[in-house]
Amino acid sequence: MYSFEPNEEQQMLVDAVGKYAANDLRPAAHEAEESRELPKKLISKGWELGLLQASIPEAYGGFGERSAVTSALAVEEMANGDLAGALAVMTPSLFATPILLAGSEEQKQAYLPKIIEGEWHPYTAALIEYAFDFDANALRTTAKLSGENYILNGEKAFVPFAKDAEAMIIYADLDGQTQGFIIPKNAAGLSIADEREKLMGINALPLYRVKLDNVTVPQSNRLGGASGHNFELILASMRIASASAAVGVARASFEYSKDYAKERDAFGMKIAQKQAIAFMLAEMATEIEAIRLLIWEAAWMLDNGKEDAFKQAYLAFTGAADMAMMVTDRGVQILGGHGYIREHPVEMYMRNGRGFAMFTGLAIV
Amino acid sequence: MTIEFETPKPIAQMNTMLQSVAENMMRSVSREFDENEHAIPWSYVEFMHTAMKAAGGGGGLTPGDDKPKEGAEKRPPIGYQRLASQIEMLSWGDAGFYLITPGGGLGAAAVQAAGSPEQRAKFLARFNGEKPTFAAMCMTEAGAGSDTSAIRTRAVLDEATQEWVINGEKIFVTSGDKSFTEYEQFGKGFIVVWASIDPTAGRAGMRAFVVEAGTKGVTIAKLEHKLGIRASDTATIALVDARVPYDNILGSPTVEKTTTGFKGAMATFDATRPLVAASGIGVARAALEFLKEKLTENGVTIRYGLPRNKLTSIERDVIDMEIQLRSAWLLIIKAVWMADNRKSNALESSMSKVRAGDVTTKITQKAVEIMGPLGYSREFLLEKWFRDAKITDIFEGTGQINRLVVARQILGYSGKELR
Ligand SMILES: Cc1cc2nc3c(=O)[nH]c(=O)nc-3n(C[C@H](O)[C@H](O)[C@H](O)COP(=O)(O)OP(=O)(O)OC[C@H]3O[C@@H](n4cnc5c(N)ncnc54)[C@H](O)[C@@H]3O)c2cc1C
Ligand SMILES: Cc1cc2nc3c(=O)[nH]c(=O)nc-3n(C[C@H](O)[C@H](O)[C@H](O)COP(=O)(O)OP(=O)(O)OC[C@H]3O[C@@H](n4cnc5c(N)ncnc54)[C@H](O)[C@@H]3O)c2cc1C
Repeated sequence: MYSFEPNEEQQMLVDAVGKYAANDLRPAAHEAEESRELPKKLISKGWELGLLQASIPEAYGGFGERSAVTSALAVEEMANGDLAGALAVMTPSLFATPILLAGSEEQKQAYLPKIIEGEWHPYTAALIEYAFDFDANALRTTAKLSGENYILNGEKAFVPFAKDAEAMIIYADLDGQTQGFIIPKNAAGLSIADEREKLMGINALPLYRVKLDNVTVPQSNRLGGASGHNFELILASMRIASASAAVGVARASFEYSKDYAKERDAFGMKIAQKQAIAFMLAEMATEIEAIRLLIWEAAWMLDNGKEDAFKQAYLAFTGAADMAMMVTDRGVQILGGHGYIREHPVEMYMRNGRGFAMFTGLAIV
Repeated sequence: MTIEFETPKPIAQMNTMLQSVAENMMRSVSREFDENEHAIPWSYVEFMHTAMKAAGGGGGLTPGDDKPKEGAEKRPPIGYQRLASQIEMLSWGDAGFYLITPGGGLGAAAVQAAGSPEQRAKFLARFNGEKPTFAAMCMTEAGAGSDTSAIRTRAVLDEATQEWVINGEKIFVTSGDKSFTEYEQFGKGFIVVWASIDPTAGRAGMRAFVVEAGTKGVTIAKLEHKLGIRASDTATIALVDARVPYDNILGSPTVEKTTTGFKGAMATFDATRPLVAASGIGVARAALEFLKEKLTENGVTIRYGLPRNKLTSIERDVIDMEIQLRSAWLLIIKAVWMADNRKSNALESSMSKVRAGDVTTKITQKAVEIMGPLGYSREFLLEKWFRDAKITDIFEGTGQINRLVVARQILGYSGKELR
């Protein structure tokens, strides 16, 4: 059957996250972006919503089951408040979710309860590399088996909260395949840049370069244990998360510019009454809804182990990145000169929207 | 409720069957009927009539009586979802042929939406008869297209005979000829004519009238020659003192201050817009599948999963086309799912039409472009699909009109505030 209505539990979650996004994240977003700082309390409050906790089974200290569909709904809502804040709240998932999806039994037991217990504390992951042709499936960072150990070398970029992280998953190329490796804090040969990365957007999120110089870990630290894991599943989950966040950001721009257009007078009427503006809004709304459905379908396919789920996740991700750029650009356009001024959030949405084509690896659900 | 994307089993089964119809009865003669514009593909019409009757569809493509059989397990209704899939599949075969699938079409839809139970019984039974039977909807006039409130056709009650006397000229009537002309091979059809019973009342004075095939004073004045969907006849119908029985008026014969008559027409559109969108998507899918097949034959593979700056231009185009096609289809499915579940879907209907109008045009254009001379040649059907696709953005509300509907909904504006 087809059905397009979240179930009761999902709706409750969406409502709760939506409230947090509107009442906490969004009002703090401008200040956070300008000061490059997210209040700790803000992150804690988001953490207490229990998104990650609810996706982890009781056996590992959580209280639910993971569903890509549920997560997609929640991520859209969260990112609708503020992208940087949303990514910060969800940073521990970068570590926990791959373990849940692909980790060995020992890895699950060793990490999952620790991560979700109590306060938000950073666990993270490093996928992106600083290269114009960055490709998650063809990494420059390498892992080599040497006796009982893996030895990792290379450099990672845009790693959230790397400085404080208790542990991180580093993705590296192992014999032509991308594999994750669990690297503990202070591992020998692991160095984290002092300076944070400076990017066009998401400035409130602390991101770091990470270098690996013969970082050595036992075989049991390979994600999934000695036999490894299927990276495609993790990548698809990352893509669905990024895509959902893109919908959230696009929606924020759409909502703001729509409200503005209904207030702004020009030539004796509201600008929303001009077709040039109204049609842009109609297209923005249509595009957002179309891509949202594509994402839901990909998530549903992933949850149900459908054959083409990975491809569908790729299509949804690609479509979402384009959609976010189109919508956030128009958000600025609808505000005219005022859209260009940082007092209004639409220019930030546009900067954030531009990132989605490369944001694989900053979120996973 | 839940979020789910499983094609219902009955629809999946039906699709398999329709695919073979599309391949064997449509594609094989598509070109022939594109080049012989006003010829009628009798064998397709006959076949579909027999097949649909046998399937118990009430003769024609309709959401059908979707109630589960007595004693059967209760399940959510899927009538409109099935219909959208049927139309997509048939249009994948040939969009022009789809439009001449026998049955009541838009004419019957108007009776269904605005008629009384007696009128429904009286006018709709015929589609399940021995012969294939058609009905059409006549709204558009030379001076009134998107702006339907501008129609000039008049209906006046002759008090003496208690008949409506209709005068005016309707254009662009899909299946107007098959519905009105009394072909021996067809059952007696009808056209539904929109006319004003009180020009001073504007939209509140608009009513639809059932005009039976062969009615005196009504003539097929012209059959159009078109860019595409040439298997479908598009008629100009002149009405000169055409007399129809009093009871053939759909809705109230008196004018109140309300616009219920007009709203009836608009309600029809909420239901039919996603279906027109579905037809367009069928054409676009045909074009995209053909393109991918030809690329494969020529050793071009699409490397899904690569970051976009590593993709070739053709790969990016094909990936974009797939995104557009699938997301547009999902908007349609959501709109018809809402119709099945009796949720008001004016916004979603128009969104699906906006998006389908855009993507069917873009996808077919791009496919022709990528195929180069092969795309332009009449040796393949691709160039035809490009021509067929364009109608999706025009009838049942142009892309602009549907953008207006979407914009009004999201802005909370009336037709006066945003026109
Ligand atoms: C960096 C910067 C530098 C500037 N420098 C100068 C300067 O040196 N001197 C100066 O005088 N001004 C300057 N401007 C102002 C600039 O020219 C205006 O911002 C611009 O003309 C748009 O006006 P607005 O911002 O009030 O937008 P609005 O007029 O409020 O327009 C908002 C939106 O409505 C649309 N719109 C408006 N009317 C219609 C219509 N009739 N039909 C359809 N759509 C419509 C617009 O296209 C826009 O998308 C500057 C602006 C910026 C951002
Ligand atoms: C093959 C075919 C089959 C058809 N079948 C039927 C049928 O069975 N029954 C029937 O009644 N009609 C039918 N039509 C008519 C069809 O519905 C109309 O052609 C359509 O509604 C557009 O009207 P128009 O052609 O008069 O264009 P116009 O209304 O003149 O529009 C011209 C252009 O102006 C734009 N426009 C109009 N108003 C606005 C506005 N307010 N804001 C912005 N832009 C605007 C339109 O989008 C369009 O781009 C058919 C048409 C075709 C081509």
